[in-house]
Amino acid sequence: MIPLSWYLVFSAALFSIGLYGVLARKNAVAILMGIELMLNAVNINLVAFWRYRTPQMIGGQAFAVIVFAVAAAEVAVGLALIISVYRRRDSVAADEIDLMKW
Amino acid sequence: MTPVQILFIVVAAMTLGAALMVVSSRNLVHSALWLIVSLFGVAVFFALLQAGFLAVVQVVIYIGAIAILFIFVVMLTRKIAQDSGPRFNENWVWAIVVAVVVFAALVWILMGWQGWSTQLAPLGPAADPLRELGIALVSPNAYVLPFELASVLLLAALIGAVMVAWERK
Repeated sequence: MIPLSWYLVFSAALFSIGLYGVLARKNAVAILMGIELMLNAVNINLVAFWRYRTPQMIGGQAFAVIVFAVAAAEVAVGLALIISVYRRRDSVAADEIDLMKW
Repeated sequence: MTPVQILFIVVAAMTLGAALMVVSSRNLVHSALWLIVSLFGVAVFFALLQAGFLAVVQVVIYIGAIAILFIFVVMLTRKIAQDSGPRFNENWVWAIVVAVVVFAALVWILMGWQGWSTQLAPLGPAADPLRELGIALVSPNAYVLPFELASVLLLAALIGAVMVAWERK
């Protein structure tokens, strides 16, 4: 059988890889992909804690469903913003989008 | 080693390797395709954790909608498919340090927790997580309010995405 710790180590690793993508990549689309990996790691944790600790309460799965909805909303708005920025500035490199920097 | 453990290790290695390819691939279309592999591995974990509904939703929404949306956006903004300059910014060494420190800190904190090595208890014969989830999401005593709020959020995101991406003539 698989102990809970395996899932926790796996999701911590997935979260760290996503965090690295968010911090290190220049391209805004790649940053959004890193955020998706981090949200997936969170979902694994929520479902693993539900299954191992409180299988009689369904809250962990319900919370994961909400995270799905938030991830879908986030990626739709984020990609719309990227398309809009690309039209105006002809670039999606995160360090070239500096209109609000002073 | 039981077969389930071997399956876990194989799927975990596949998912983490695909995730590494997502953050390091130079071509964004390749990144998006590796993202699909990684998301599919997560769906396998949902199935292993007996959350069948979430495994299906993972495939339908994440792979069927979000990953395809990524591919469409990369295609619509042609010039960004290949990064012209370096694909990492100048702080990438610090990003590795931060990621490794976060991973080590998470594992270290969790190892001190008494539930660290909880073993899997089988679900009771009467337990039906799918039915419970369905009832919990629409029951006034449980999660109907967050559920409806999520639908309002999705509607707002839909309108916002259309407004932001609208090309004004």
